[in-house]
Amino acid sequence: MFNRERRRVVGSEQVGPYTLVRVDRGRLEPGIPGQFFMLEAPGRLLPRPMSLCLAPPGELAFLLEPIGPGTRALAELEPGDELCVLGPLGNGFRLDVERPLLVGGGIGIAPFPYLSAALGIPPAVLGFRSDRHAEAAALVSNAEVVVEPTLVTEVLRPGHDVLACGPEPMLEAVAALAPSAQLAWEAPMACGYGACYGCVVEIDGRYKRLCVEGPVLAA
Amino acid sequence: MLLNASGCLDALTAPDVARSLDAFVTKTVTPEAREGNEPPRIAETDQGMLNSIGLQNPGIKSFLKDVLPQLKQLGIPIWVSVGGFSAAEYASTCAQLYDVTIELNLSCPNVDEAPESAAEIVAASRAATPLPIYAKLSPQLPDIAEVARAVEAAGADGLSLVNTLRCLALDRRTLRPRLGRGTGGLSGPALKPSALAAVFACWRVTSLPIVGMGGVWNGPDALELIAAGASSVALGTVLFSDPRAPVRVRRELHSAADAVGLSDPWTAVGIAHDPVLSGETTEEMPAFLPN
Repeated sequence: MFNRERRRVVGSEQVGPYTLVRVDRGRLEPGIPGQFFMLEAPGRLLPRPMSLCLAPPGELAFLLEPIGPGTRALAELEPGDELCVLGPLGNGFRLDVERPLLVGGGIGIAPFPYLSAALGIPPAVLGFRSDRHAEAAALVSNAEVVVEPTLVTEVLRPGHDVLACGPEPMLEAVAALAPSAQLAWEAPMACGYGACYGCVVEIDGRYKRLCVEGPVLAA
Repeated sequence: MLLNASGCLDALTAPDVARSLDAFVTKTVTPEAREGNEPPRIAETDQGMLNSIGLQNPGIKSFLKDVLPQLKQLGIPIWVSVGGFSAAEYASTCAQLYDVTIELNLSCPNVDEAPESAAEIVAASRAATPLPIYAKLSPQLPDIAEVARAVEAAGADGLSLVNTLRCLALDRRTLRPRLGRGTGGLSGPALKPSALAAVFACWRVTSLPIVGMGGVWNGPDALELIAAGASSVALGTVLFSDPRAPVRVRRELHSAADAVGLSDPWTAVGIAHDPVLSGETTEEMPAFLPN
């Protein structure tokens, strides 16, 4: 059975326009970087998929951008509040890479602090739409930061194993420059465990469930 | 009996969840493979969830070869949801199935309908298979009781009530549909009163067993459907937010029955149709209503 537990919020911090929500880990495993959890969004029908951002001892931390009713409800959680957490789910990044380079855009940097630690603090290139958004770069060590109109693809260096997460146009542009990249995608999800067929993406001309096949896919 | 609603669980990715039910109902199978509708396929609204999956499935041939043998390994009864775009297609798929219960999906809001009536499709399927056949109907039928009577006369062995309601959600910024296909099926707690009305109406006019579904979120919800006339209950959207819902709802169902003096919740089938004996109500009247 999937691991779903009611966990207590132990902290909620602003990071630029984003919110880092920390919950007590309980018996939940942090999983592999790039895997995700379904977080109960208070007052909403469906949980929201969030990749793990940090795994401090005894905690799990999620970086989210409050842009809709679910993410706003999660951002408003306060220490002591409780929510149900299901996970880890899906397939994370392959970590057997020789020269890793993390490439992220906006809230897509969410899985990178945990991924960076697992890979021994590799170089990273992070892109943001404003200086305020770029405050989140402080979560990722060894990072070069660019702000629009400069794009991450303008500063990509060849000869790396790229692991990327960000908006779709960024992922497509990265895939064109680095055909062997690992890309973490995003899609609306109702369940996160293969039940709803809501999160399909086109893979080799077929609609496949991102929660089962991904969210990390080969370019 | 506690089941899942078709399309709300994949027993191959979540076998433990399937085993926590009394029977597993497959996603709808059609004669040919279907890729389903273009994304976005789901949208959460303040009133419920909309989906527009569009019957994505591998087709009956691949289902029989690759999927059904694996489902048989689960060790629980299997119900196969059958879809089609004509009575002949339904019948052809039914004829190829064995050792399962069939649920005819006569009410998917996300694909074009077959030209024949529900009763004609049931009759064609009845002629094609000796397996038990349940007819899954839409809550949007003008007279669901009349259709229930017709499918009973055509040879159905039971009713599955209800499918989702065709609805629309617009993006508030662009004022365009949020789903790729435009409309989608509404599910979640908002569907429960509609499901209750359908079960209540069909119980009165047929003797068929009814699987009640639509917005069941907890034990008391399930008990209400049973009281309206359902002899089985299926869980749908709640499975998306809580894969442990079958275990929880089963436990809560017994507590809910106990709270109203019933030792077994399944003895309550249809009691909503009995006259109230004591005149008492457990529901509080809103304080602002005069007397």
